[in-house]
Amino acid sequence: MKIAVLSGKGGTGKTTVAASLAVALSNSQYIDCDVEEPNGALFIRPEINETIPVNVLVPKVDEAKCDGCGACAKACRFNALAVVKKKVLLFPAVCHHCGACAIACPQKAITEAQREIGVVEADKDGRFLQGRLNIGEPITIPIIHKLKQCMRKDAINILDCSPGASCTVVQTIDGCDYCILVTEPTPFGLHDLKIAVALVRKMSIPFGVVLNKAMDEDQSIQTYCMQEKIPVLMEIPFLREIAENYSKGFLPVQMDAEWGNQFMQMFSRINGGEAL
Amino acid sequence: MKIAVSATGNSMDSQMDQRFGRAASFIIVQTETMEFEALDNNASASAGGAGISAAQMIADKDVKAVITGNVGPNAMNVLKAASIEIYKGLNATVKENVEQYNKGTLEKIQTTVPSHFGMGLKS
Repeated sequence: MKIAVLSGKGGTGKTTVAASLAVALSNSQYIDCDVEEPNGALFIRPEINETIPVNVLVPKVDEAKCDGCGACAKACRFNALAVVKKKVLLFPAVCHHCGACAIACPQKAITEAQREIGVVEADKDGRFLQGRLNIGEPITIPIIHKLKQCMRKDAINILDCSPGASCTVVQTIDGCDYCILVTEPTPFGLHDLKIAVALVRKMSIPFGVVLNKAMDEDQSIQTYCMQEKIPVLMEIPFLREIAENYSKGFLPVQMDAEWGNQFMQMFSRINGGEAL
Repeated sequence: MKIAVSATGNSMDSQMDQRFGRAASFIIVQTETMEFEALDNNASASAGGAGISAAQMIADKDVKAVITGNVGPNAMNVLKAASIEIYKGLNATVKENVEQYNKGTLEKIQTTVPSHFGMGLKS
């Protein structure tokens, strides 16, 4: 079973929820798909013992064969090549690895070469995976692909998404059985929750909401969820104690067994179909 | 001599566009005669690599110089490879900028602005 945790707005508590769920369940594997700044490891403290490079294909020009016709630059939808003074200029970071330039080249002067954009790291117990995109790289998707290839099929996979609702998140939640949308009772939290809801509905993935930093005086999220008939799976109260422990690298489930029970119950609800 | 000016419209009276890659258009001007040709910048709305594409377009027109506001690092590389000189334009029309260029009062740009600098700007 694959459960993705996303939020729309950043800082609502995706990692708190995803890592807590992974810690609470015995047969789980936590997968940090927030590859631009993975931080689940701060709480789970895995022993990384395998690092797998993630490569993409970028064009390589054989200058002896190239006659500078410019067909490659015209074929590129992403402007990753320019041809001036009969010479090809490559911009590998802009490249989307589609290979159109190599097909378009009438001289067969373009081949594709491997370029490393990041890594996937795994622990030895199969409980933890994280992707790490190299600094300055703009395209996350190949790392997400690799993470998904490396996931254990016999575990409950908990995929911790990046913030937002763009390509990286779409790629992460694609093929998942359930989405947990984490939000907070602020206007921004609600605004971005609506975007995340639109996304998971469009992708027809069953979902429920976890309300983090819940407080009695603001019922905006509960009201919205009731109107939209979205199950609220859990409320985590806005407590100084939780924030303090988080700042030291401890999850609620690691401090209080009752939270472990809460997360296990949430999983039963998701798995049992009540919230599906 | 043929030069290019990034522009917000398609005439000599259009304002210069401060952005290079995401300029609305480019006016290609013969500096001796003031004859001109307007090119739509198809890259202005592209998802990425706008500066590369815009630089390719004006390089294909064989211009010797470009007058613009800011140039990003990728566009700078293409312009340099094409030996196109870059001049910092005034916040004025295309025509006035070409006149200043002819008088030799415009400064050359050697440094770039960061990637995506022009993406939040509206002309």
